[in-house]
Amino acid sequence: MSIDIDTARKVAHLARIAVKEDDLPALAGELSAVLAFMEQLNEVDVTGVEPMTSVTPMRLKRRADVVTDGGMAERILSNAPDAREGFFAVPKVVE
Amino acid sequence: MTMLNELTIAGARDLLLKGEATAVDLTMACLTAIDASDPLNAFVHKTPDIALERARAADARIRAGDAPAMCGIPVGIKDVYCTKGVPSQAASNVLKGFRPEYESTVTQNLADAGAVMLGKLNMDEFAMGSSNEHSCYGRAVNPWRRAGDATPLTPGGSSGGSAAAVAADLCLAATGTDTGGSIRQPAAFTGIVGIKPTYGRCSRWGVIAYASSLDQAGPMTKSVRDAAIMLGAMAGHDPKDSTSADIPVPDFEAMLTGDIRGRKIGIPREYRIEGLPAEIAAIWDQGTAMLRDAGATIVDVTLPHTKYALPAYYVVAPAEASSNLARYDGVRYGHRAKLAQGDGIVEMYEKTRAEGFGHEVQRRVMIGTYVLSAGFYDAYYNRARKVRALIKRDFETVFADGIDAILAPISPSAAFGLGEVADSDPVAMYLNDVFTVTLNLAGLPGIAVPVGLDRQGLPLGLQLIGRPWEEGDLLNHAYALEQAAGFVSKPGKWW
Repeated sequence: MSIDIDTARKVAHLARIAVKEDDLPALAGELSAVLAFMEQLNEVDVTGVEPMTSVTPMRLKRRADVVTDGGMAERILSNAPDAREGFFAVPKVVE
Repeated sequence: MTMLNELTIAGARDLLLKGEATAVDLTMACLTAIDASDPLNAFVHKTPDIALERARAADARIRAGDAPAMCGIPVGIKDVYCTKGVPSQAASNVLKGFRPEYESTVTQNLADAGAVMLGKLNMDEFAMGSSNEHSCYGRAVNPWRRAGDATPLTPGGSSGGSAAAVAADLCLAATGTDTGGSIRQPAAFTGIVGIKPTYGRCSRWGVIAYASSLDQAGPMTKSVRDAAIMLGAMAGHDPKDSTSADIPVPDFEAMLTGDIRGRKIGIPREYRIEGLPAEIAAIWDQGTAMLRDAGATIVDVTLPHTKYALPAYYVVAPAEASSNLARYDGVRYGHRAKLAQGDGIVEMYEKTRAEGFGHEVQRRVMIGTYVLSAGFYDAYYNRARKVRALIKRDFETVFADGIDAILAPISPSAAFGLGEVADSDPVAMYLNDVFTVTLNLAGLPGIAVPVGLDRQGLPLGLQLIGRPWEEGDLLNHAYALEQAAGFVSKPGKWW
């Protein structure tokens, strides 16, 4: 499977990473090389094999659905690039 | 005379308990060594105030007769661990300025055990790399050099700063993390010991995530005994990590008898890959002979899906990374790009991530995005997860046949020169992980032990692979190998 420039542009947008138009051909080439390497997986007979979901067989722990923590808005906001009045601030989303 | 910073954990512990040195003395010796180590670029955030405060507290505990396992031992912490109030950015510009409001469980466990944090250590960005060349701090440099050659070499990756710091005696030990070999390969490149425990042995809470089903924390130390001591202090059940195992942590150090008579060591034939350099094959043969001489039985074993571990890893890990790294959006922490007039939230995400992520991270996030995208999920991601199940089954079969541990190479070469593997050829760099990723895919513990030097005077190590949850037994095999190898070489100081 080879990745063309249009696909590279689409993947970059899906990943929310801005890639300059000039850099797309090199990116497409690198992604194609990695995917070509992955093609080896098609040689394996995986008939009847369940995809692994957990490397150690364990049941995920459960706990009561109750509030266990909170009341620390200031600490949570302390690393925000832009925080105002107890909220994270972002560019306008709704016109 | 041995300088205090050159001590092992066990050696320092003895001096501290006998009152022949203080934790403050040990810490000062390490801080002095760190201040003279800039060419190695191992410590990227120094925390001398925290270190001295903890050292004084450790001395008080020792005087009071309350000295836990790591009391007064100065250690370095890989930058991927969140440490309260101290920069923790996984060597990424996207987390520039991030000072966590909380402490990771593993570093808290170490602090509770009396360990003294000296600072944060260089690494590949988000632990993605095998050479420590992908770092916002610049590359870390191996204290080892080829004989008569000043070419700067890689300390390996991703825990390259940890490996360089321990090998250069800047600290007594360091934490690492291992997603595809990131503890074992740098340990091998720098002549130290590093263990990746069973998946679930150490809590991942507060460790900045790369690939959550593969990531494991572990110690990087100067001896197998030190690895046993430090792993015991790091490990343990943590309700804050749902994949943390709720099983007791044994006294690993007490299990080091060095007696492996009658144990069965598997030699996997698939690891003798085409083009395996003669020196790597030779050290593997030597290690095999050492274990045989120690009384173990050597058995040829087969792990038929080994060849597919690397491509499976490079589907699964980037897929998980693309999901984990979605959180870096410029909203809650770290870097946000300056926006142009009229830019909306999508431009904010795209510019922030383009500026904040380095090239290799961008590449892996995009690969992950692609293999998870509609129409390709089954062909890549699900197939890789099926192959992963087969790789795990290979190991289960071998262990069910009575094999106690598997001996294998760690990487296809000794430490290589910085810049020698071209950035434009990602697959060439990924080949470094060919012997290490299998364990992560199977969740098994593995330990790197230095065994000898190559013709150019660089350290070569071997890895032992153990049964799940039997790190104690694995460490004992490693202890036997360490005793037989008698590796005592240190890099000549040039920095």
